[in-house]
Amino acid sequence: MASFVETGPQAPVTEAIRVDKVSPRSRLTRTVRALIVIIVTFIGLIPVFVMGITAFKSRADVVAVPPKLVFKPTLEGFVYLLTERAVLTQDRLAEAQAHIDELNWMQRIALENGQEITGPSDYVFRLKNSAIIAGVSTIVSVGLGLLAAYAFSRFDVPGKGDLLFFILSTRMLPAVVVTIPLFLMYRQLKLHDTHLGMILLYTVFNLSLSVWLLKGFIDEIPREYEEAALVDGYTRLQAFFKIVLPQALTGVAATTVFSLIFAWNEYAFALMLTSERARTAPPSIATMLGRGGIEWSAIAAGSLGFLIPVVIVTFALRRYLLRGVTFGAIRQ
Amino acid sequence: MSSVKQATATGADTRLQSHRHLSDRAIQNIFIWPTLILLIAFNVFPLFYSLYLGFTDYSAIARQAPVWVGFENFRSILNDEQLWEYFATTGRYAVASVGLQTLLGFGLAMLVREKFKGSGVITTLILVPMMISPVVVGLFWKLMYNPTFGYFNYLLGFTNPATAPDWLGSRWGGQAVPGLALWAVVIVDVWMWSPFVMLLVLSGLNAIPEYLYEAAVIDRASSWFQFWRITLPQVAPLLLIAILFRTIEAFKSFDLVMGMTGGGPGTQTELIAVNLYRQAFLGQWRTGRSSALAYIILIIIIAVSNLYIKYLNQMRGEG
Repeated sequence: MASFVETGPQAPVTEAIRVDKVSPRSRLTRTVRALIVIIVTFIGLIPVFVMGITAFKSRADVVAVPPKLVFKPTLEGFVYLLTERAVLTQDRLAEAQAHIDELNWMQRIALENGQEITGPSDYVFRLKNSAIIAGVSTIVSVGLGLLAAYAFSRFDVPGKGDLLFFILSTRMLPAVVVTIPLFLMYRQLKLHDTHLGMILLYTVFNLSLSVWLLKGFIDEIPREYEEAALVDGYTRLQAFFKIVLPQALTGVAATTVFSLIFAWNEYAFALMLTSERARTAPPSIATMLGRGGIEWSAIAAGSLGFLIPVVIVTFALRRYLLRGVTFGAIRQ
Repeated sequence: MSSVKQATATGADTRLQSHRHLSDRAIQNIFIWPTLILLIAFNVFPLFYSLYLGFTDYSAIARQAPVWVGFENFRSILNDEQLWEYFATTGRYAVASVGLQTLLGFGLAMLVREKFKGSGVITTLILVPMMISPVVVGLFWKLMYNPTFGYFNYLLGFTNPATAPDWLGSRWGGQAVPGLALWAVVIVDVWMWSPFVMLLVLSGLNAIPEYLYEAAVIDRASSWFQFWRITLPQVAPLLLIAILFRTIEAFKSFDLVMGMTGGGPGTQTELIAVNLYRQAFLGQWRTGRSSALAYIILIIIIAVSNLYIKYLNQMRGEG
């Protein structure tokens, strides 16, 4: 290569080079490349696919050797996930079968395995906790983050660089390092295993993300719009609410969804700082393994329920994904 | 203040009026301080508190006030060979998984760099694994790895469960193969996070100015030369950031192992963060000692990131 640099082109340039297509590759290389990408993608998605089909397998099909690709789909896993059941005695079973028309689909599936539904499972309750905690904390952190991001974007905050770095660095702390003191603090303040405690924690957990992401979005809105409004007699707050906010809505939406996903997926804090009342779904999917044999189809059903919103969001947000996963530190 | 009170009482119109009294300075403070206060209360305060606890013999389940023991915790941790073992495991795990992620992520980025029909959808599909909750990922990979009815062995061609590897059990055909379980965790981490490296590299690739390649083509530089002299140096800063992020995460790694192995078999996948959890919240609840350990982990993370950042700045200085 060195000789090339020193001596320059050896042969006359005979082919015309289009500046807009500097390295025209043959159609074949392109096709091969695209094929490799598609194959790699599908290999990569096999585990997700496996989980998807496992959720619809019956208990016997899950543990079949070799693993089955063709099977009779059933909603057993979902019923196991969402309900508590009790085994029926012989005569009760016969009695229930006589009244099968009065049962709903969940009860029927349970009955096929000789069980009756006694109530909703813990999982339903924990899913509700997850929704409340993730939802409220996201709203608060995006709200606070929006205000701080605006101030950092538009004003000469003293020590701005350091403050922003401090905000980002909080995200780099290993969860376990802050959990020990937080656990003691929460115990003292009676916040352990409460919704409020988890909401506060997840709000802080998402704040750095939301400040950095939103600052990036607000930076992109030209200052001239607000300045014009200020000249026209708007106050700073009016300009913020009427000019900046509507323009930043895409950013707010993206930030909201990212925060929601992070709070929804969070496991370490939830495991260490909740036990019963405020426990969220991720640690309880994990503990489901411990109870009376492994209900793989129930676990897969639970995971699938967790996965689907995430896949939808990934597609909806693909333009902002890079910002989201690097906490807005890197822009696309 | 009184004007604000009055304003809220008399309605929207006057409320807007009263905000005229709010200087930019005041708005700035009102906007920033809630965020800073929350971050200080939940991050800075706990950091100092846990530094203090690191110097005591406190246990969160004992009804006893913390007793100052000086550097005793740090001394006992640094002399604990078992813990060094866990640090070494974490290091091996970090090197293997970050290394593989970098290679795979970079390769993927080079492949999807040129757009083809449907490449947008495909790229997004590649990104799905990193958006899933790590503990869920851990659990369903546990199913994949199951030695009798898991899919992983079948996909690799091991159709007889008796001679197939039991990944999470670190056994192969009845023989113990130490390290297999750690590799199993590495595979999952690579599966999950290579897309992240890809995403960062891809954004670096897209930012390379076209004229560099144009000039290279006019000079008839080979594509190999273009890769080494243009693509790689231009992407290097973002690649290094990706590696930095992933290394930090590897030292924090907790969810995945908890979902898959819980540290087992034996202590083969006992990463330092998992052990920290065990010391702090299970068994004896050695709060003081685990706070000290947490600080040591934190110092290592900061040291490693500083090294990276220094290297990164050097590279930027040259470029």
